[in-house]
Amino acid sequence: MSDMRLLVIEDDSDAAAYLVKAFREQGFSVDHAADGLEGYALASEGDYDVLIVDRMLPKLDGLSLISSLRAQKIETPALILSALGQVDDRVKGLRAGGDDYLAKPYAFSELLARVEVLARRKAGFGGEETLLRVADLELDRLSHKLTRAGKDIVLQPREFRLLEYLMRNAGKVVTRTMLLEHVWDYHFDPQTNVIDVHISRLRGKIDKGHAVALLHTVRGVGYMLKEDPDGVGKGDEA
Amino acid sequence: MKALSAILRLFRTTAFKIAFVYSLLFAFATGAVVLVIVHNLGVLLERQIIETVDADIRGLADQFDQGGVNQLARIIARRIARPGAEIYLLTSFTGAPIVGNVAALPLGALDASEPVETSYRRAGDEREVHRAVARIVSFPGGFKLLVGHDIEERNLLRRLVRRALLSTFFWLAGLGALGGLFVARRVLKRVDAMSASATAIMGGDLSGRLPTDGSGDELDRLAQNLNAMIERIEALLKGVREVTDNVAHDLRTPLTRLRNDAEEALRQPDGPVQRKALEKIIGESDQLIRIFEALLLIARAESGAGPAMQSVDVTALANDAAELYEAATEDHGGAFASDIAADLFVKGNRELLFQALANLIDNALKYAGAKPHIALSARREGARILLAVADNGPGIAPHDRERARDRFVRLDDSRSTRGSGLGLSLVSAIAHLHDGTFRLEDNAPGLRAVIDLPAGEGTSHVGSGEAAHARLR
Repeated sequence: MSDMRLLVIEDDSDAAAYLVKAFREQGFSVDHAADGLEGYALASEGDYDVLIVDRMLPKLDGLSLISSLRAQKIETPALILSALGQVDDRVKGLRAGGDDYLAKPYAFSELLARVEVLARRKAGFGGEETLLRVADLELDRLSHKLTRAGKDIVLQPREFRLLEYLMRNAGKVVTRTMLLEHVWDYHFDPQTNVIDVHISRLRGKIDKGHAVALLHTVRGVGYMLKEDPDGVGKGDEA
Repeated sequence: MKALSAILRLFRTTAFKIAFVYSLLFAFATGAVVLVIVHNLGVLLERQIIETVDADIRGLADQFDQGGVNQLARIIARRIARPGAEIYLLTSFTGAPIVGNVAALPLGALDASEPVETSYRRAGDEREVHRAVARIVSFPGGFKLLVGHDIEERNLLRRLVRRALLSTFFWLAGLGALGGLFVARRVLKRVDAMSASATAIMGGDLSGRLPTDGSGDELDRLAQNLNAMIERIEALLKGVREVTDNVAHDLRTPLTRLRNDAEEALRQPDGPVQRKALEKIIGESDQLIRIFEALLLIARAESGAGPAMQSVDVTALANDAAELYEAATEDHGGAFASDIAADLFVKGNRELLFQALANLIDNALKYAGAKPHIALSARREGARILLAVADNGPGIAPHDRERARDRFVRLDDSRSTRGSGLGLSLVSAIAHLHDGTFRLEDNAPGLRAVIDLPAGEGTSHVGSGEAAHARLR
C-alpha cells in the first residue's frame, strides 16, 4: 500500500491530523491541504490515487473544488466527507463529480474501506473484464455463470450482483453500507442485519464443502473475499 | 391625575371616536334640514304677505278710481283706526303725508317700484323701529300710496326656531358624546379584562383563558378565537416539552453508558477488557448518531424541506424491500409473504420511502416474537397507493396507536428494548412529506402499519438506480 498517495483536504486541524496519522499507519503516503485553494493546487499538480475532500472548506468549497478539477479533466477519484448527511446532499455531492460520499461522523474502517476501493479503481483494477477470478472461484459476467473448482453454482440475481461486487473488490474490505449502496442501490440505515443473512446464504453456496473459505467476515467492519485468510482482520484494527 | 389619564384613555378609544363623529354628523344633518324648512317657510310667508298687500292695493285703487283721493283718504283713515291694522301711507305730490299710520320711513323708501322690506316707525309708537314688507303705487296727480305688512312676528318666529335649533344641536352633540362615553367604557372594560388575562398568559400561565360572556358579539368571538389559539399553543408546547423530556432521556441514557464505559476503559490496564469497553463506546456513539440522524430527518421532513421529488417505482421498491428482508425474516425462524401489485408509482423520494418500509419491517421483526410472520403488501386503491406491513406480534392497543407515532415514544413495555424510538415517527414524517398519511391498524392478531400515499404517474424503467448513484467498479 506504500505506493498509494492520498490527499486530505480538510480545514479542521484535529480531524486532518487524525486522518493523516491513521492513513499513514495503514501504509498510505498522505498530503494535507488546509483550504480549498491549496487543495485545488495540490490536486491539480500532484499524482494522487484518491482525494478526501471535506465539503465545507474555506476559500473554495469542496463541491466547487471537485467540479473545477473535473472541468480540467483531472479524474482522480474523490471521496466527499460532509457534515450534511441527508439524501439530497449526497446526491448533490455525487453530481458535482464526487465518487463517494461519507457523512460525518464516520467510522475510520468505513472510510478506509471506501478509499481502498476508490484507489483500486484508479489503479485500473476490476475494470470491465468479463471474467472475474478469485482462487478457484470464477464468475463470468457475460454468461452469468459461476463455477468453483470447475463445478457450477447457481445464484439468485441479487446474490450474483453481491458476489460480483465482492470479487471486483477482492482483497479489500467492503462494509455493509457499501454493499447496500452498490448491490441493492439504496442508501439507508437498516436496524436489522439484513446484509449478514444474504452474505451467509452466499457463503453457503460458494464455500460449503470446500477446504478453503473465500468469503470472510471482518469483525465490526464488513466482509472480504480473499483466498489467503492471513490478510483477514486487517481492517479490524480500526 | 389618574382620573385624567383614564378620561384621556377614554377619548382615545375607537368606540368614543365613532360615537362622537356620529353625533356630530347627526346634529349637522338635523340642523341643515331644519334650516331649509325654515327658509322655505319664510319664502312662502313673504309671498303670501305680498299677495295680501297687492289685493289690498287693488281694492284701494278701485276706491281712488271711483271717488278720487278724498274717498281713498277716508277709507284709509277708517282702516287705520282699527286695531292691528296694516300699514298705510298716502302722500301728496310733494311727498307730504296726507293720511297714514307711518311716523317715519327711511329716505327714498317711497321711490321703490317693487315690494320692499323696510324699517319704519308706527304712529303712536314712535320709539320702536319695526320691519315691514311694503309696496308703493302712484296715482294720477302725484299721489303715492304705501301699503305694508308688519313682519316682526315672522322675524320673532325665525329667531325662536334658530334658538331651538342651536339648543337641539348642543343637546344632540352632548348626548352623543355621553352615549359614546358609555359604550366606550363598557367596551374598554371588557378589553381591559382581556388585556389583563393576556398579560397573565404571556407571563407563562398557559392554562389561563380570556374571559368570554357567551354573547357571541365581535369581542366575544375574538376572545373565543384567541382562546382557541392559546389552546393550540399550549398543546404544541406540551408536545415540545414531552419531546424534550424524551430527548433528554433517550440521549442521556446512551451518553451515560458511553461515559461509564469510557471510565471503565480508563481504569483497566491495556488489554482485552479495555478493548471491549472501547468497542462498546463506539457502539453507543453509533446509536447516538443514529438517533441524531433520525431526528434531523424528521425535523426536515416535518418542516416540508424535504429532498427533490421524482417519480418512484413503488412496485420495484417494495420488491427490493421484500427481497432484502425475506432472508432476514426466515433467519429469525419466521415467514415473509409479499403481495405487490404491478405498475405502482408515486411522486417522492426513493431513499426515504425505502427507509420508511425498512423501518416498518425492522419494527415488525423486532416485535413479532419468536416466529415472525410478516406480510408486505403494495396495492392501488383508487387514487391512493397503500403500502402495508403486517405482523403477528402483540400489536398496539387502540388507545396507544396515536401515541406510538409520536417522536421518542416507546410504549412502556418496550422502554427497555434498544431502539431510537423514532422509527414510526420517521415513517409518519416521511408519509406526510409525500402528502400521505401513516396509520396503525389491528391485524388481529398483530399490527398492521399502513402508508397511504397519493398515486403518481410514471413509466416502468429497468434499473431503478438513480444516475447520481455512482456505481463503483
